[in-house]
Amino acid sequence: MASFIQLLVSGLATGAIYALIAVGFTLLWQTSQTINFAQGEFVMLPAFFILSAMNWGAPFWLAALIGIALSVAILGLLFKIIIVDPMLRHGVLPLVISTIALSLFLKESVKDFYSSQAQPFPALVPSTDIHIFDAVISTQSLAVLAVAIVTVVALQVLLNKTRVGRCMQATAQNPTLARILGIPTRRMVLYTFLINGVLVAVASILVSPIYLAKFTNGETLGMAAFVAAIIGGYNQVRGAILGGVILGILDNLSAAYVSSQYRGAFPLLVLIAVILLRPQGLFGRIEERTV
Amino acid sequence: MNRLGIIVVGAAVIFAIVVPFFLKPFGIYLISMWAVLTIAAMGLNLTLGYAGQISLAQGAFVGIGAYTTALLIQAGWPYPIVFISAGLLCFAIGWGLGYPALRVQHHYLAFVTLAFTTLVFLVLRNEEWLTRGIYGISGIARPTLLGWSTANARDFYFFCLGALTVIAAATWWMLRSPWGRAFIALRENPIRALSLGLDTRRYTLMAFAIGSGLAGLSGALYAPLVQFIEPNSFALGLSFNLLLMVIVGGGGCFFGPFVGALVAVLLPEWMRITQSYYLMVYAAIVMLLLAFCPSGLLGLIERVIKATRGRRGPDGIAPNAERANP
Repeated sequence: MASFIQLLVSGLATGAIYALIAVGFTLLWQTSQTINFAQGEFVMLPAFFILSAMNWGAPFWLAALIGIALSVAILGLLFKIIIVDPMLRHGVLPLVISTIALSLFLKESVKDFYSSQAQPFPALVPSTDIHIFDAVISTQSLAVLAVAIVTVVALQVLLNKTRVGRCMQATAQNPTLARILGIPTRRMVLYTFLINGVLVAVASILVSPIYLAKFTNGETLGMAAFVAAIIGGYNQVRGAILGGVILGILDNLSAAYVSSQYRGAFPLLVLIAVILLRPQGLFGRIEERTV
Repeated sequence: MNRLGIIVVGAAVIFAIVVPFFLKPFGIYLISMWAVLTIAAMGLNLTLGYAGQISLAQGAFVGIGAYTTALLIQAGWPYPIVFISAGLLCFAIGWGLGYPALRVQHHYLAFVTLAFTTLVFLVLRNEEWLTRGIYGISGIARPTLLGWSTANARDFYFFCLGALTVIAAATWWMLRSPWGRAFIALRENPIRALSLGLDTRRYTLMAFAIGSGLAGLSGALYAPLVQFIEPNSFALGLSFNLLLMVIVGGGGCFFGPFVGALVAVLLPEWMRITQSYYLMVYAAIVMLLLAFCPSGLLGLIERVIKATRGRRGPDGIAPNAERANP
């Protein structure tokens, strides 16, 4: 039982990180039909921004802020202007392939210009263990959970309680109508890209102390984001959060109780099962097709 | 195909036959690899270029074909039967995989095939009793056909080239048959194809399954070419690479994969001076190409030819007339 609780907490922590990545992925899809196959690399990269800033002598907190700012500027703004805008007129598929090429580009850039070795990354809190009943829970897991929850709640407040957030939702649901109502839809789409920049940077700060910062990190993280987004329901921010959490827990429990060799396989089997039985996702609505 | 096209293809065929006599063994290995990968890219072109679905499983199918071939050759099966079995097995798996994914269309095939590639990699790595895990299978013998031993690099190249020619001819024939016309209809206007009574889902599935089968055949040549196979060769990287080949050459263009595979195999060699940067540069080129000319290198050439002809007079071909033919 104690080990079960331990696994559950560490699963929740992993799941919370996956959820952040999946939410960003879903936001881009909802507002601009961008399926970002480079999302995993987007999470890998900010860690290297931060490490570079620290190499220049910045303390961790300042480096983290610089990392988030660079991530918003490069992975949000530049990504939108350079890659997405010129491609959108060609349709969804060429854009998908372009993001696949982008993921290769980012991975190789980090390998060539920084290092191909895994880099240690400073943790948010000193790593100590807390004993609750018999279970040993690391403070790191709790810190990850706390930061992730704060981020998600802040995002929800932004999307549901503020005027800008409502405008973004309207843009996602019906761009034409939103434009007629006087919402600057292009700016709203841009905002979701900037938000994605923040989300991937936060995820990067949370995940890098655990996995170390390495140029190949994006492969597993990107896959986790797709799976979480699809399990939860492609077109729902809420679904992506739940999908991420479910995935994280499933990942940890199956590794412990079923087979660690096939750890990576369970989420994929769940993915295939969901697509087979409930393609709109566990919490999603059926997508309306436009001709 | 117009006269210019026939001349270019004829010249390319003669070049492909003559060139190995002027190359060192490594060069022959590279052009053999080109022939093998072209077959796989041609299969992916059916799925991507004609049926308009992104598949990230082509590398995994090459892997399944290669492992099937390696294991059956070591079990003592004759090569022609092994070759056909590898193709049929991949065709069957492709059918089984595409069936659920294509039910929901759009981007789902990309995700399902992405998951499939990772699953295949895990199985190849973990099931040591069958695949010998990370140690891989080495010493795969090259076949002897009707007394012709292909153990020599140049002989094996001619065998690969022969296989490529036969498969390309069969694909060409298929694309001209009513079936192939249906594939093209899928590419040009899926909604109109559906309203004309084409079962688009079945044809898309067919295109995907045949494409997977071609990957299996490619794997059946890959194993004896490299003579050593291990799971990492067939991870996601190969699938991405094949996808980029089709796009770079020109998706939905019959000769696109030939050009794309040539670029993908030779570019790393030409760009030796840039050392490890070549993948970065390659990725950047692909992104630029997609933004400015989504129909790939062949589309770019076509555009240039049309532009020069347009300047000369009205004897140019009508726009799009060439792309409508396979």
